[in-house]
Amino acid sequence: MPGTVQASDVIHHYLRVKKNFPNVWCPGCGIGIVMGSIIRAINKLEYRKNNIAIVSGIGCSSRLPVYCDFNTLHTTHGRAIGFATGVKLARPNLKVIVVTGDGDAMAIGGNHFIHACRRNIDITTIMINNQIYGMTGGQCSPATPSKSFATTAPYGNVENNFDAAALAKGAGATYVARGTVYHVQQLDKLIIGALEKKGFSLIEAVSNCHTYYGRMNKEGDAVAMLKWMKSHAMPIKAAKSLPPEKLEGKFLTGVLWDIEKPEFCDEYEKIIQRFQKEERD
Amino acid sequence: MSNNKNSVRKLIQGNEACALAAIYSGCRFFGGYPITPSTEIAEGLARMLPKYGGRFIQMEDEIGSMAAVVGASIAGVKSMTATSGPGYSLMQENIGYAYMTETPCVIVNVQRGGPSTGLPTKVSQSDTMQARWGTHGDYTAIAVAPASVRECFEQTVKAFNFAERFRTPVTILTDEVIGHMRETIVLPEEGELEVIDRERPDVPTEWYHHFEITPSLISPMAGYGDGYRFHVTGLTHDQEGFPTAKPVEIQQKLDKLRNKIMRFADELVQLETEMTEDARICVIAYGIAARAARQAVHMAREKRIHAGLIRPITIWPFPDEQIREHLSHARKVLVAELNMGQLVNEIRRIAPRGCKVEQLNRYDGEVLNPVEIFKKILEVK
Repeated sequence: MPGTVQASDVIHHYLRVKKNFPNVWCPGCGIGIVMGSIIRAINKLEYRKNNIAIVSGIGCSSRLPVYCDFNTLHTTHGRAIGFATGVKLARPNLKVIVVTGDGDAMAIGGNHFIHACRRNIDITTIMINNQIYGMTGGQCSPATPSKSFATTAPYGNVENNFDAAALAKGAGATYVARGTVYHVQQLDKLIIGALEKKGFSLIEAVSNCHTYYGRMNKEGDAVAMLKWMKSHAMPIKAAKSLPPEKLEGKFLTGVLWDIEKPEFCDEYEKIIQRFQKEERD
Repeated sequence: MSNNKNSVRKLIQGNEACALAAIYSGCRFFGGYPITPSTEIAEGLARMLPKYGGRFIQMEDEIGSMAAVVGASIAGVKSMTATSGPGYSLMQENIGYAYMTETPCVIVNVQRGGPSTGLPTKVSQSDTMQARWGTHGDYTAIAVAPASVRECFEQTVKAFNFAERFRTPVTILTDEVIGHMRETIVLPEEGELEVIDRERPDVPTEWYHHFEITPSLISPMAGYGDGYRFHVTGLTHDQEGFPTAKPVEIQQKLDKLRNKIMRFADELVQLETEMTEDARICVIAYGIAARAARQAVHMAREKRIHAGLIRPITIWPFPDEQIREHLSHARKVLVAELNMGQLVNEIRRIAPRGCKVEQLNRYDGEVLNPVEIFKKILEVK
C-alpha cells in the first residue's frame, strides 16, 4: 500500500483501539466495511490525521466517527451537514467528511443536504444506505422501497423512496457516486475520488441491515444480503451498452456524476481577499 | 465609554450596535437565517466580516444556522447568530447541543410577540423563560438584557466574554424596540473594553482531554486542526468526550454544567438600581420596560412616594441575592414586563417576607409607558 503506514497496520493506525471497542454494530453489519474503506482512502491519499474532521448525525452509521482517530464530531439527528458547514468555513483547510445514514440525511436532514449540494461546499458526504432506521429498531426510512416491510410499515410501505444520488445531482453536487459494501475495492476508489474532488461530493454506500430490514423482508442474513448486492449492482459503464430490459431491478454503481463548478469556500475567500486588499490600498 | 476627541460617534440602531460589538469582540463567524426584527445584525455582519477575514453564511434555516455556529466554534472561531422568537425556538435543539458539548457561542434574540409567528414587527419580552428553559434537559443558562443602544454594544462584548470564559452558549435578550431604536453612541476604541478569549490547552497532545474537570470547572478548549484530536458528542460523555453510561460520570457532567456557572454567579450578575435605599415600593423591570419604569419612579419621587428601581441586566442566572438585598426595606414590589408574567415568578420566589409582589403586564405589542407604570405605583403603593 502506497500510504504512510504498513498495509497490515493501516486500520489500527487510524482507530481509537484502546478506548472504544467493541463497537455498537451488529455482527455482519456493513458500516464497519465502509469505515475500512474511508480509512484506506485517507491512508492512500496520505492526509494527516490532524487535518481531517469527520462529522456525523444520529443513527448506527453516525457512530462511526467515535472509533476513528481524527477530529470527530457526533452531532444531532440530521444536522451533521450543518455542523460540517460551520467547521469547514471556520477552517477551510480541514478535510471535512460527513458520515450519515439514509434516515439521517434524507428525512430530518433533507433540507441541509440539498442546500449543501446547491452551495457546492467542499464536504464529502458518505451516506450509508441500509434502507431502514437501524438504531431505533427497524422503522421506515425515506430509502425504504415501496411495499417493503418495516416496524412502522407492518402492512408494507405505501410511500415512494428517494434516490439520494439523483437528488444530489439535481440539487447541484459536483461528484456523485454509488457503491456497495460488497464491492469494497470499488468503494475505496469512489471515496478517494470524492475526497479529491473540490466541491460537494456524495457517496451512496449501499449496505445491509440484516437485523431489521433483512429479517422483516425475508432477505436473509448478512451473507445473503451481500450476495443480493453482488447480483443487483450494475456498473454504470456496463449499463450504457445494455437494453433497458436487462437493467430491470438493478441499481447503478460507479461515478454517476462528475462536473466542475466554483466551490463555496473558494468563492468566499475571493471576497475576503478583495476587501482586505482594498483596505491595504 | 471613550470621551477622546478622536473617538467615533455614531447614530445607530441597537441591532447595528450588536453587529459592531461582535466584530469588536473578535467574532469571526456568523451563521443565520433572516427573521424580523433581527435582520440588521445579519446584514451588518455580512458586510463587515470579510473585511476582518471572517465568514458569513446565510443558512437554509435556523436549525442549520445554530449547527454551523457550533461547528465553527468547535473549529476554534468565535461565532454568533441572531434571530427572534420563532427562530430561537428552532435553534433550541442545537443550543442544547452547545450546552452539552460546552461550546462557546452567542445568540441574539430580538424578541417579538408570540406564540408562533405572532407579532413580527411588534415588541415583546415573552421569551424571558425560553432563554432559561428553551431546550430539554438540565443545564444553567446565561442571558443578558441591554436597555439601550450603548448597552447593546457593551452587553454583546460581555456575552462573548461570558461565552468564552465559561464555554457555554450565551443569549442576548433584546427586543424589537431596542433593536430598531436609534441612539448616538461613542464607539469604544480597541482595548477600551475587556475582550476575553477561551482558554487554550498547553499540555502535550496525549494529555489533552476536551472536557477535563479542572478546579475551576472550566476546561481549556482546543480547536479542530490545532493538533489536539478529540471527540465531541451530544451524548452524555466522560472527560475525554466519549459516551458514558456510568451514573457517577453522568452526574459529574451535569453538575459541571450547572456549577461552572453558578459558582461564578456573583461575577455574572449585573444589576442597576436607583433610589432603592429608602424605597417602600420597588419597580423591577428589564430591557425596554425598565426605561419606562425609571421615568415612572422619578415621577413617583416627585409626588414624594418612596419608589425605587431595580433593573437586572443579567437575567440568567437570576440575581436572587442582590435583588433580595435591595428589597429589604420594601413593602411592595412591582414587576413590569411586556408579557403575561414571567420574571414575576422569580420575584415571588425570592421576595422577602412582608414584601408583597404586584405585577403590571402588557402584551398587546406596545411598550409600557411611564404614566401606566406610575399609575400602577399609585394604585398599589
